[in-house]
Amino acid sequence: MIFLNNLISGIGLGSIYAIIALGYTMVYGIAKMLNFAHGDVIMVGAYIAFCSLQYWGLPPVVAILLAMVVCTVMGVLIEGLAYRPLRQAASLAVLITAIGMSYLLQNLALLIWGANTKSFPRTFLNSSTIPLLGGRLSIPSATLFTIVANVVIMIALTLFTSRTKMGKAMRCVSEDRGAAELMGINVNRTISLTFAIGSGLAAIAGVLLCSSYPNLTPTTGSMPGIKAFTAAVFGGIGSIPGAMVGGVLLGVIEIFGKAYISTELGDAIVFAVLIIVLLLKPTGLLGKPMREKV
Amino acid sequence: MTRAKRNRLIYNIVTYAVVIAAFVILQSMIANKSISRTLKGQLVPICSWVIMAISLNLVIGFSGELSLGHAGFMSVGAYTGAIVSGYLLTARGVETEWLRLAVAIAAGGVAAGIAGVLIGIPVLRLRGDYLAIVTLAFGEIIRNLVNVIYVGVDGARMRFSFLNNDLPEGVTMLVDGAKGAVGIKRISTFTAGFVLVMITLVVVLNLVNSRAGRAIKATRDNRIAAESMGVPVTKYKMMAFVTAAVLAGMAGALYGLNSSTIVPAQFTFNQSINVLVFVVLGGLGNVLGSVISATLLTILPEVLRAFADYRMLAYAIVLILVMIFTNNPIVRSWADRIVAPAKRLLRGKRKAEGGDA
Amino acid sequence: MKKMFVMFLALILAMSCVGAFADEEPITITVAHIGPTSPGPAADASQYGQATLHGAEIAVEEINAAGGKYRIELIHEDDQHDTEKVVNAYNTALDNGAQIILGTTTSKPCEVAADLGYEERVFFLTPSASAPAVIEGRDNIFQICFDDYSQGRVSAEYIAEHKLGTKIAVIYNNSDVYSTGIRDSFIAEAANRGLEIVAESTFTTTVDFSVQVSEAQNAGADVVFLPMYYDAAAPILITADSKDYHPIFFGVDGMDGILTVEGFDTSLAEGVMLLTPFVATSEDEKVVSFVQKYEAAYGTTPIQFAADAYDGIYTIIAAAEEAGITADMDTEEVCEAMIAAMQKITVEGLTGTMTWDETGAVGKEPMAAVIENGVYVFND
Repeated sequence: MIFLNNLISGIGLGSIYAIIALGYTMVYGIAKMLNFAHGDVIMVGAYIAFCSLQYWGLPPVVAILLAMVVCTVMGVLIEGLAYRPLRQAASLAVLITAIGMSYLLQNLALLIWGANTKSFPRTFLNSSTIPLLGGRLSIPSATLFTIVANVVIMIALTLFTSRTKMGKAMRCVSEDRGAAELMGINVNRTISLTFAIGSGLAAIAGVLLCSSYPNLTPTTGSMPGIKAFTAAVFGGIGSIPGAMVGGVLLGVIEIFGKAYISTELGDAIVFAVLIIVLLLKPTGLLGKPMREKV
Repeated sequence: MTRAKRNRLIYNIVTYAVVIAAFVILQSMIANKSISRTLKGQLVPICSWVIMAISLNLVIGFSGELSLGHAGFMSVGAYTGAIVSGYLLTARGVETEWLRLAVAIAAGGVAAGIAGVLIGIPVLRLRGDYLAIVTLAFGEIIRNLVNVIYVGVDGARMRFSFLNNDLPEGVTMLVDGAKGAVGIKRISTFTAGFVLVMITLVVVLNLVNSRAGRAIKATRDNRIAAESMGVPVTKYKMMAFVTAAVLAGMAGALYGLNSSTIVPAQFTFNQSINVLVFVVLGGLGNVLGSVISATLLTILPEVLRAFADYRMLAYAIVLILVMIFTNNPIVRSWADRIVAPAKRLLRGKRKAEGGDA
Repeated sequence: MKKMFVMFLALILAMSCVGAFADEEPITITVAHIGPTSPGPAADASQYGQATLHGAEIAVEEINAAGGKYRIELIHEDDQHDTEKVVNAYNTALDNGAQIILGTTTSKPCEVAADLGYEERVFFLTPSASAPAVIEGRDNIFQICFDDYSQGRVSAEYIAEHKLGTKIAVIYNNSDVYSTGIRDSFIAEAANRGLEIVAESTFTTTVDFSVQVSEAQNAGADVVFLPMYYDAAAPILITADSKDYHPIFFGVDGMDGILTVEGFDTSLAEGVMLLTPFVATSEDEKVVSFVQKYEAAYGTTPIQFAADAYDGIYTIIAAAEEAGITADMDTEEVCEAMIAAMQKITVEGLTGTMTWDETGAVGKEPMAAVIENGVYVFND
């Protein structure tokens, strides 16, 4: 029973990682950059939702939508102002700009909302736990919502990229940017759209993250961000189902490592497993094998 | 002497000259007390960060591998340095500060080098972002392990303990788990830092201009071509990686012995990222650039203290703007036109680096 | 003791009257507050640094408005809770003419800065750096807060004496000096008192506390000891509630503030016990006035850190009066005079009546409170 409860906690934590990892993996797949500021966009989304709920008394659904709108606009702005001028530059230059953006968002949040920890209020998302097997097991509702959101988003993204014209354009850009441009695809607009979707997802991830783990500070997004980035690589970066699998597995490993080995070494265990997996399967669990032309 | 060779020589001489000149100027400022306390207090950390930046540049700039766990090696060096120095003082009664410092720095380098070998063997099989994430993972693992290590001195014996502190009462603690390395005697000096920076420069500049260095750069530019020419790729990558780890360990020891206490939380992923920022801003493969950017970016947040609450915000904006200004082709060509004469000088230098790439 | 204190008060009163009548030029002391007001590379402790800064600002405003013998010019330097940056903050403060340091807010940076100050003879009064290592072997630094060891010991004593439970679980942050320090002394004292520790688990940067809470629950612990700050305790209370686990949660002074976390459902904190010297909801006249001013100025309810820093400023004034600090003294003379004066004064602050010995540790009594209906109730 303890085992099953831990498994549920692990899946709950993992599905949070997964939903953040989806954002990382999408942007990486298409824009070929590690968007280090992704975790901080999540934090902003969570703050917007917090303000809507706590200060403005908006209903939770409106709060989520508002957070999505703000984050989407912000994502497009960040891409346009900071990343687009560096489209031709070395990938490391873009990486450093993303790091600068991450600092910028954290410090802006610090100025706007202050340093004090805020506790994300209870909404329909996290107000109850669902008992199973006569109460011996319990699933927090936030976990259920996160899993459902994950599955819905994953299916929607997969359909979007395989069925719609914009989605196909994204895959083209991801495959070969130059060729895509020659085929008449507006690369800049496609990448902007990717950022818009990624940031919208970040807002949802922020709300779900804080529904499960309610502490909200300007650095809330960074540690889950790093773990989710790890999860994305774990599953094979650029792969949408990979992000999902990687995230959930990482969460389960983290909880099991803490529960059955040692809470002191929880993080070390997660990273050790990651290293072993990457050594056995160097492109992640579901990543495409790298082929090199000579 | 070929043109490329001459340019390289000039570049190396300029690099050494800049560092020596900076040292002489700062020393004379200290001598006639015209230096601010803040800057004086920053001299040793600056030396440490400069070494960190140069050594990471060896991995990223010359070897072409993105490493995100460099701070892990620094922490290995810092802890080893603190333990060795503390042991020499308490158990062996070595009072001579420079001797303790030298031994501690050497030990820090060796320990980090060993860590580098252990990590390098699995890591260097991977490539690109996967390598980056694994180095990140190792950095975090090192931090996690250091958090549960206890080291004490009992008479002349050193005693270790892992996970739980079961060292007996009365042991002089050197490393106390989450409380970090404690009771460190501050023995690092600016002169020692300068010597270490010079050693780093000699090692790195000679390495990159040697046969091994050319092999490392060939591997970076085209691994497959290099391999088919019979270059043992893994061996040379390992050489660069371990050298960088040793230097980072020495920098760590210098850094650690400049503070009365160090904690594992100091050497996080964020610190690795900071060093990465130094390297990229200074230019990949540009050693002098690393020296200058590490120095300026360490001082910058202190200069920005006048902005009070907006300080770190200003730092972030400066960082983004600098990256855009130095990397955007339009801005660059516009800037080039304005500083055309200066550019001509630079072009010679850039060719010097490009010549053997 | 009491007599001496009354005499001392009378003396202060007399002195301040003399000061007022003599109409002397007031002496300005430059005090530098050092604490984290932005996140650093190691961790984000800015909420504590901002609290101490704001608390100090309120006190300085009061003192300068009251027009006594001393005026305070407060400068602030950010150390980002980092042992490298704190050196810069300390040096910049001295470059800017600081004579006395109020700080630093957090323990590890404080150890580093106080060590520099020990060699250069600069007087430190830390509001909230509670690790014993901060004052160990240094005569130039005094604490306003209790040190971690005594908190752990007193907590174990209290639990045993009031028979709150026999099976104890401990959850602590093993990368934090404060948390591990209290935990160590708690475990040691619990053994002496025959308390059984049935579960012990740690956390660092994690967001998920389900494993730690489950461990305590499965071990059947009836008291869960939480030596940590309130921001980490809040999710633990929420997690425990979601698992329908309701033991007695016992916190230390860092727990104060749990009721003021925005958005936190305070009903979850019902029955939580804590040792604290400061209570924002207290009806004490001084506390009420402080809380009102603080809320008006900064829009949030002060936590214990703010109260500690407020007391810190008043302690500096009291010690300066005792020492007879004059405008022409340099930092070294100020330091020696303040060290001597600190051991003679008694200060009635928001956080209790404080005296100091030569070690720099404060003598004041923690009070155990229980949260009932959203407010602290004291039951001695």
